[in-house]
Amino acid sequence: MKINAVGVAGTLESSDIIVQIEKNTGKGIEIELKSTVENQFGGQIRKVIKETLEEMGITDALVRANDKGALDCTIRARILTAVNRVSDGNSYPWGVK
Amino acid sequence: MRRLRRTMLYVPGNNPGMIRDVHIYGADAIMFDLEDSVSLNEKDAARSLVYHSLKTFDYGEAEILVRVNGLDTPFGREDFEAIVRAKPDAIRLPKTEKAEDVKEADELISQIEAQIGLEHGTIKMMAAIESALGVINAYQIATASERLIGIALGAEDFVTDLKTSRSADGIELLAARSQILLAARAAGIDALDTVFSDINDTEGFANEVKLIRKMGFDGKSIINPRQIEIVHQIYRPSESEITKSLRIIKAFKEAEKKGSGVISLDGKMIDKPIVERARRVLELAEAAKVVME
Amino acid sequence: MKNGVEREIPEEISGLGALKAYEKQFINGQAKNTQRLKERQYNPARNKIIDSIETAIKATGLKDGMTISFHHHFRDGDYVVNMVMDVIAGMGIKDLTLAASSLNKIHAPLINHIKNGVIRRIETSGLRGELAQAVSNGLMNIPVVINSHGGRARAIAAGEINIDVAFLGVPSCDAYGNANGYSRQNNAASACGSLGYAKVDARYAKQVVLITDNLVEYPNVPFGIPGSQVDYIIVVDAIGDPAGIMSGATRYTKNPKDLLIAQHAADVIEASGYFEDGFSLQTGSGGASLATTRFLRDRMIARNIKASFALGGITGQIVELHEEGLIKRLLDVQSFDLRAVESLKNNRFHHQIDAEYYASSDNEGSAVNQLDIVVLSALEIDLDFNVNVITGSDGVIRGASGGHCDTAAGASMAIIVAPLIRGRMPTILERVHTVVTPGHTVDVLVTDQGIAVNPLRQDLYENLKAAKLPLLSLEELKAKADRVVGKPEPIKVKDKIVGLVKYRDGSVIDVIRQVKEVL
Repeated sequence: MKINAVGVAGTLESSDIIVQIEKNTGKGIEIELKSTVENQFGGQIRKVIKETLEEMGITDALVRANDKGALDCTIRARILTAVNRVSDGNSYPWGVK
Repeated sequence: MRRLRRTMLYVPGNNPGMIRDVHIYGADAIMFDLEDSVSLNEKDAARSLVYHSLKTFDYGEAEILVRVNGLDTPFGREDFEAIVRAKPDAIRLPKTEKAEDVKEADELISQIEAQIGLEHGTIKMMAAIESALGVINAYQIATASERLIGIALGAEDFVTDLKTSRSADGIELLAARSQILLAARAAGIDALDTVFSDINDTEGFANEVKLIRKMGFDGKSIINPRQIEIVHQIYRPSESEITKSLRIIKAFKEAEKKGSGVISLDGKMIDKPIVERARRVLELAEAAKVVME
Repeated sequence: MKNGVEREIPEEISGLGALKAYEKQFINGQAKNTQRLKERQYNPARNKIIDSIETAIKATGLKDGMTISFHHHFRDGDYVVNMVMDVIAGMGIKDLTLAASSLNKIHAPLINHIKNGVIRRIETSGLRGELAQAVSNGLMNIPVVINSHGGRARAIAAGEINIDVAFLGVPSCDAYGNANGYSRQNNAASACGSLGYAKVDARYAKQVVLITDNLVEYPNVPFGIPGSQVDYIIVVDAIGDPAGIMSGATRYTKNPKDLLIAQHAADVIEASGYFEDGFSLQTGSGGASLATTRFLRDRMIARNIKASFALGGITGQIVELHEEGLIKRLLDVQSFDLRAVESLKNNRFHHQIDAEYYASSDNEGSAVNQLDIVVLSALEIDLDFNVNVITGSDGVIRGASGGHCDTAAGASMAIIVAPLIRGRMPTILERVHTVVTPGHTVDVLVTDQGIAVNPLRQDLYENLKAAKLPLLSLEELKAKADRVVGKPEPIKVKDKIVGLVKYRDGSVIDVIRQVKEVL
């Protein structure tokens, strides 16, 4: 999976997260996170972002995320959408594009 | 017990906060919306969010529906692909006008069910009728698929099609409501009424709910949790209805035990439709948490 | 001996001791003041009005190390604390203890006074905004002491908090210091209604300085603070920003989740066994708590039940029920909106009370002890029903103890209303970060997703169960939330204690430690 441009998904509403994903060639997955629940869930949010990207076969990406208390499934959904908006294939769990 | 559909609560598909909490309000059914409440450039985001949410949350006893975009839009097909895999109880089709609209969706669902090894017919359907043509074809629509559990009126598009607008007494919807109700009953499925958008006009809303209950509708689509209690109150049977129904069912059971085909209560013969109505009253009473001893 | 009116008076009488004979008094050569009432009030020799805050401070003899006090009836519209502290700082006075009834966001300038050594110690019910953040980050050497409203009044009455000078903003005042939180003479610009917290300071402080922007004609009746307790009066342009003092009317929430919680809370009250004619209640000003009042109203009418009194912070909603005849009396320690202020001004059974009468634990007859039902909110609650209303989910101080533990202890049934989840934070924790109200005084938790009854209250449990309410254990409710949000990591703190939370009897119920900044 290749990231071709800067992909954005999500909102700044409560319980949502806005993520911006761009390429980061050769530098691995880097996450800049701002979160209203940084103290309690910062680690978990980073973990979910990283896992979701890895499941899509992405090894290099710069992720900027502003979190307003999103749950794991929301974070996952937003990452998928952001990546799919700027990549070639379809990495959703369903098979068409 | 048959599912009650007194209230079907809309949730905008791209709002994570509402999607998470929607089940707490006690609506009989929840409908996640990928269609009109989602802007064109967020269709993909909403689809993904609803998919992941349905895969994650336990919505308890509520019936779960997803309103997808029509197959005549660029979003419809992928909506089906995603949502069938998320396994809601049913998919709600918007703007159906003819039996073929339903059949096309039915076939697509069948294909996906087969692909993912889901038993054929697991995912049900509900069809919304939102145009004059749809109303004319209501019975054909209602009988177009085994998956159909109900048909629903979508009034906003309908009144535009009719070249009028909505009024307090709802006279402009009378023909459509009647036709949809007749079609649903003839097909043996549920009939649901349209939304009432002014959430602060509780009196107008209550009047409309009383009207559609009287007409025979199974329930109403609603847009705000604050409307739930009003609908449930209006659908709640009266004490005397409940008492009478309890006695009818008791008489019916006794007659059954005796192997007697004739049921009588207070010297009057009770026939099958009366027993049916009594059952329905008790279902509604049960749902309204009426204490029945 | 002959006295001033030529009568023979003995020097001494056995059993009564030495006698003091009457002497005629002349002031400035005059037998008495013959000015007209109007003139008297503007004669500086004849009233307590002083030209500036600085003059007043000098007159009180305020010195390094003393204790000063303020009230918080002006909430986030208060000008008085900052105004007085700036003058004190300018005069070079240091090491003061600031004993406020509470502090708000608007009091952020105190940070500088703390840094500059003007303020050495703080006693308050709550802290918010930048000041709270700074304190949580270790601004002060001595921890802030958090008191409940009842606890503060008790400590002041018992002499544990010794106020040298109280600086009290008053929305109306006459030349002799008869003061109130409103005025029947005019529409006081800074009206705040009850002066319940300030009344305690006025009564017990060694010296009392009033600051007003509304000097009215004598006699300013009714008054919340009698002139006899007042030493000096300063008239300024404005003591507060009306917009920040209160809103026109506290609005009913339209938030469906709050409404759902409120409906459950009303269900609980109705089934509890306490809902009968003549019951008493207090409801907080939070969204769900307020809405509970509305749901209760319908049920009171349906069942023909009237309340004997409502207590505490009084809101427009409570006033409506009073005016409808559903609540006979209102006991008002703090008025929450202009509707409540108007009612206090006009309704004869809407009565102003002070914080000691309201909630002091030394006062057997205090009003909280006569409560059947109180509905309170919570930031966090733990598996022992302990409640936190002072520190946020990040461990930073952002709330107030208020009357929480006072009313919970006094009321026969204390109901906590809270959403099961806020954002991503669960409300029910294994252990709350800070205990303000001990769990054994909390009876029921009402959330949007179920109700938990304190196991100590089997009687309540049976009543609520019979009404088929959705009862769960606290553990079950917690598990429900945790399944959705995951498990939060505990807040990381340093060793330094930045706050001491006192229970209403003056004992320490918890400490607040400095938060560790997240990297």
